[in-house]
Amino acid sequence: MSRLPTGGLIDRTKPLAFSFDGKRYTGFAGDTLASALLANDIRLVARSFKYHRPRGILTAGSEEPNALVTIGRGAHAEPNTRATTLPLFDGLEASSQNRWPSLDHDLLSINGILSPLFVAGFYYKTFMWPAALWEKLYEPLIRRAAGLGALSMEPDPAEYDADHGFCDLLVVGAGPAGLAAALAAGRAGQRVLLVDEDVRPGGRLLAERHEIDGNSALDWVDATIAELASLPNVRILSRTILFGAYDGGTYGAVENGRRLWKIVARRAILATGAIERPLVFAGNDIPGVMTASAVQAYATRWGVAPGKRIAIFTTSDSGLKVAADLAAIGIEPVTVIDARDGMLVTRAIGGKALKAIELSDGRRIAVDTLAMAGGWNPSVGLGCNLGARPNWSEAIGAYLLDSPPGGMIMAGAAAGAFGLGAAIASGIEAAGGGMPVPATSEDPSGSRPLWHVPHSRGKAFVDYQHDVTDKDVALAAREGFTSVEHMKRYTTLGMATDQGKTGQVNGNALLAIATGKTMSEAGTILSRPPYLPVSIGVLAGHHRGEHFKPVRHTSGHAWALENGATFVDTGQWKRAQWFARPGERDWLETVSREVTATRTGVGICDVSTLGKIDVHGPDASTLLDRLYVNIFSTLPVGRARYGLMLREDGFVMDDGTTTRFAEDRFYVTTTTVNAARIMQHIDFARQVLWPELDVQATSVTEQWATYAIAGPRSRALLAKLLPDLDLSNEALPYMGAMEFHWQGVTARIFRLSFSGEMAFELAVPAHHGDRLIRALFEAGRVLGVAPYGTEALGVMRIEKGHPAGNELNGQTTATDLGMGRMLSRKKDFIGRVMAARPALVNPARPTLVGIHPVDPARRLRAGGHLLAKGAAPVAANDQGHVTSVCYSPTLGHWIGLALLANGPARHGERIIVHDPIRDGDTEVEVVNPVFVDPEGVRVRG
Amino acid sequence: MKRFSIFSLAANALSGHRKWAPTWRDASPRPGYDIIIVGGGGHGLATAYYLAKVHGITNVAVIEKGWIGGGNAGRNTTIIRSNYGLAGNGPFYEWSMKLWEGLEQELNYNAMVSQRGVLNLYHSDGQRDAYARRGNAMRMHGVDAELLDRDAVRRMAPFLDFEGARFPIQGGLLQRRGGTARHDAVVWGYARAASALGVDIIQNCEVTGFVTDNGGAITGVETSRGTIRAGKTGIAVAGNSSRVAAMAGLRLPIESHVLQAFVSEGLKPVIPGVITFGMGHFYISQSDKGGLVFGGDIDGYNSYAQRGNLPVVQDVCEGGMALMPMIGKARVLRSWGGIMDMTMDGSPIIDRSPVDGLWLNAGWCYGGFKATPASGWCFAHLLATETPHETATAYRLDRFATGDVIDEKGAGAQANLH
Ligand SMILES: Cc1cc2nc3c(=O)[nH]c(=O)nc-3n(C[C@H](O)[C@H](O)[C@H](O)COP(=O)(O)OP(=O)(O)OC[C@H]3O[C@@H](n4cnc5c(N)ncnc54)[C@H](O)[C@@H]3O)c2cc1C
Repeated sequence: MSRLPTGGLIDRTKPLAFSFDGKRYTGFAGDTLASALLANDIRLVARSFKYHRPRGILTAGSEEPNALVTIGRGAHAEPNTRATTLPLFDGLEASSQNRWPSLDHDLLSINGILSPLFVAGFYYKTFMWPAALWEKLYEPLIRRAAGLGALSMEPDPAEYDADHGFCDLLVVGAGPAGLAAALAAGRAGQRVLLVDEDVRPGGRLLAERHEIDGNSALDWVDATIAELASLPNVRILSRTILFGAYDGGTYGAVENGRRLWKIVARRAILATGAIERPLVFAGNDIPGVMTASAVQAYATRWGVAPGKRIAIFTTSDSGLKVAADLAAIGIEPVTVIDARDGMLVTRAIGGKALKAIELSDGRRIAVDTLAMAGGWNPSVGLGCNLGARPNWSEAIGAYLLDSPPGGMIMAGAAAGAFGLGAAIASGIEAAGGGMPVPATSEDPSGSRPLWHVPHSRGKAFVDYQHDVTDKDVALAAREGFTSVEHMKRYTTLGMATDQGKTGQVNGNALLAIATGKTMSEAGTILSRPPYLPVSIGVLAGHHRGEHFKPVRHTSGHAWALENGATFVDTGQWKRAQWFARPGERDWLETVSREVTATRTGVGICDVSTLGKIDVHGPDASTLLDRLYVNIFSTLPVGRARYGLMLREDGFVMDDGTTTRFAEDRFYVTTTTVNAARIMQHIDFARQVLWPELDVQATSVTEQWATYAIAGPRSRALLAKLLPDLDLSNEALPYMGAMEFHWQGVTARIFRLSFSGEMAFELAVPAHHGDRLIRALFEAGRVLGVAPYGTEALGVMRIEKGHPAGNELNGQTTATDLGMGRMLSRKKDFIGRVMAARPALVNPARPTLVGIHPVDPARRLRAGGHLLAKGAAPVAANDQGHVTSVCYSPTLGHWIGLALLANGPARHGERIIVHDPIRDGDTEVEVVNPVFVDPEGVRVRG
Repeated sequence: MKRFSIFSLAANALSGHRKWAPTWRDASPRPGYDIIIVGGGGHGLATAYYLAKVHGITNVAVIEKGWIGGGNAGRNTTIIRSNYGLAGNGPFYEWSMKLWEGLEQELNYNAMVSQRGVLNLYHSDGQRDAYARRGNAMRMHGVDAELLDRDAVRRMAPFLDFEGARFPIQGGLLQRRGGTARHDAVVWGYARAASALGVDIIQNCEVTGFVTDNGGAITGVETSRGTIRAGKTGIAVAGNSSRVAAMAGLRLPIESHVLQAFVSEGLKPVIPGVITFGMGHFYISQSDKGGLVFGGDIDGYNSYAQRGNLPVVQDVCEGGMALMPMIGKARVLRSWGGIMDMTMDGSPIIDRSPVDGLWLNAGWCYGGFKATPASGWCFAHLLATETPHETATAYRLDRFATGDVIDEKGAGAQANLH
């Protein structure tokens, strides 16, 4: 056991059992999985991506590139979880990844032997011959080796939710700078939100030994947190990853992996600290080689000695501080090698564990742990999300964000203020001051970058996880990939799960060296969200499964459910598709029965989902004249008219009936799917095109329940329901409408027909819809009334040749649909000019026709293309396509609507429906698209 | 150009890989060229390559303001397919697919063209009918297409939500020859091959204006590295098309929109090919490294900033979870945005411009990666012969005036809806 007898911020009274690769261990509350593994002397925790080299824990933070494990099992398994930030819990099951058959004996480590071939970008140069083998052999092999952890393949069982945060000041990072900033702003009464990824606020103060105001810095942390907690205007979110900065002061954060926060902040202080650089020398990836700050953290915060013989290799004063901190808790380092004194570690030696190091003076020292202190990279990433570029500071040997975007301030180590006092002072200043800076113990923070150890023989890693070495960077430069972006893409440096947090700057530097550029000239990449990886599940929240989108029910839904409806999704609506009865063989029999029942008796269909818009005001009719191709200003009160709207580009947008209930009041209906779009269109017209028009438009789709009552007995049914209402042709002629009261509520009745039968639409306020549908069926019982669904509705509209969704496909003109005559010549309307473009008035355009199979036993399918008889089935001979089909119970065979080149002139011709993607070719006859009652006698009753 | 192969790789391994040469020459501008291509993305580089290779015109420069492939060529989700329904598009994209199929051998560079299939799911009868129409059109253009029912989809992708889905999957349109290619390698492969034929690839050189003669014809470009003369100037600047054309006084029927994309941490491969959701904005594939590569809708507002915002991040992930709830525990590793040159009908423009000497290759929307080889081929053909290539005759600039639009979606002249 490497656990120190005392010390650390762990609760030794709370042991926790956990397992790694099936073996059982114990740790303590307050441990991370990484600290618990180290405490149990486990050094080898993972394999690298390409060469499958043995890897240990490198860091003690979220920048960890090596120690990724899968936790949990089955559907709960979470792959690629960083052991270094995962709080230990009782029963935790962790397993290593991407090794076979075991972590200790991984056969794919053979890749390491092939590494002379497997250099950066080698795959671009080979696997090309023969071409067919890529998909068959090479790629499957590559894919077998791909990836780190595995998804369970089962639906994610986790529950996620979302929250919103609003604040004056968002402080990211609860280290000394962030805590001081939050306190200063909190005392000044600002609404403060302080977020930190760690389970425990304090940042590096948890891992280093410092004094503030003469006491342990931890006392200051505790006191600060206590005061923040007491302030009602301050909120602390721990274990919360702030993953991205977006436009308009918006930030995304994930709390506990389970809750998505959208935060809107007037200002943000990025006190995100700094990340220690590893050093680049041969064998720097052997388990036991760690960053010095990690060694310090494991010893100080978790009471774990990462090794028995620890050496420190440093280029900065912080390495000396680590040595001092270790000594203070009784772990005297074996040796401290300070590169600034001219001494270097030239090689680390070992296999699955570090055994010794070789120094530049030829000495070999037996050690089991090497702490690398390569200097610090301020964490400026979030500040770059909006496009600000970091600049190289020669003074501190790191990239700094000199000009963060408006509203963002860098503070503490993230701003290059590495000393404790300086960090606290910068936090207070960023928050607006007003608070004294406490006295702190001061340690020097000088550093001199060492980008790689020269004459170091063996593999020296820059990007650990992706196995990118110093030689790979040099190779990229040699091959012309001299911009950092090219180098990154060619070598994959910085593209591993740590997103370059450990390797990018070293890589940039090595590229600069290889190309003879300065660090400034070499530049760096821009960090983009997410700052730390966040799960797809938490970003989606509740919106999955049946909750993906809202479900809209009409007020007749319950009734339909009780009456055996099968429902279909139409946009977000659930609509009754048909109402099967016992004994019916299939949906076709049901639908045919519904059609026949309606055409010969009476049927009722819930049409509440149609879009409905009240257009109201002195200029209402002017607006409608401009929206529709036909005229509405002449429409008498109490009458409805079918209208057609074009888009600005002259193609058909939507259709529907509009009724005038008063001089200045119209009731517009749209197709179900276009309801929102037409509302937007009308608002755009009112507010942007013609703001001078005095007219209002309100969506009332959900305010009215509407039922179509269709068939020769429809009037008889309504007469029973509404005995006092005169429904005669004289009082309510075809396309007439009136308002009345039904059982004390406002009701509207329209004499409209989509089916071609005598028909009415009856509307009441939506919360009376259920009552109305029940009353309608009660009244119709003796007449044999049948409910019908969208399928029968569709059959009847095809029988009548009415265009609908498949014809209103955004590619058709009014003339294509046989409605060219509706285009008014007396007025202007949206789309008029563009509709006159040559290609839109070309007479050879496919135009609406009817078709039926020559052999009445054949069925038709929509989507087939049309060919002249005898024409070869190639695109050059394509004459159009079948848009909608149905079995017509009225005619006893299949019928269809189609768009056929020069169609109206070809009634009577026999052509071929070519449908190679399904069942081949069918010979059909071209006919008038109105199959039933072409004279339109029946609607007039 | 030294050929790449397993043998050259092995030979170089012996010399410690110290003998490799730059992949392309990093050229400095010369005073003038026969043809200048503005934009070192896939399209610009492919154009230069085919000018040299097919038409023997090698006095050509590709001028790139940053590093080649730094625009959309290096930001896309790498899907290639030729599953188009309209006559103006079908032959062009199929020609592109044919060029993809021989690309590695043509360029001697492994661009990892991987034909693992593109599956577009449908969830309603209307969508099925539209896919049937499209699939039949593809077959009539000699393109492979299959219409799958729900069971066939389930066999291919059992991890999709077939149980509690808000919009149940009914089936899909499958193009088996569709798939993905490694976007950066396409850029580098074309650059290497073009450079080897004598094309100058000039990076860090921004075009800031055009040089015109007295008659108003364009005779060169002003750049951050000086004036460069040109017999002809072709622009292939994708998301910056409207900006660059404006320098020549042209207003294009194009709006610039931001499209985001996402990649997850590396995971063991589970997604077989490319899958698109029919009832939400989501599509996905998995790279050979194991990252889930996915995206969705454009952000919806005009922008030249190469980044997007949270609402679409959520929208895309919601679509993903609705379609395949097994990806919930996969973590998004990176997200980014690119600027789409969205036209008014969703289809591109390869045409001469109204300004003499200036030629256009623009309007690729979010689908121009798959077009890269054919776009280069056809633009080179147009520049060399001054007549459109037979597969690209529909991509005219004046189609918005004549009404010969190529509107696959039927969304109309609203750029952000395509
Ligand atoms: C997120 C995303 C996902 C996508 N997914 C797909 C997909 O899956 N499949 C698909 O087919 N397509 C996809 N696309 C679209 C595709 O990437 C583009 O249509 C295509 O890359 C555009 O052509 P290009 O490669 O030449 O463009 P770019 O690579 O953008 O090339 C244009 C170049 O012009 C340069 N330039 C601009 N202005 C100037 C100037 N003034 N002077 C000099 N140089 C200049 C730019 O720097 C840039 O390098 C996607 C795009 C994005 C952003």
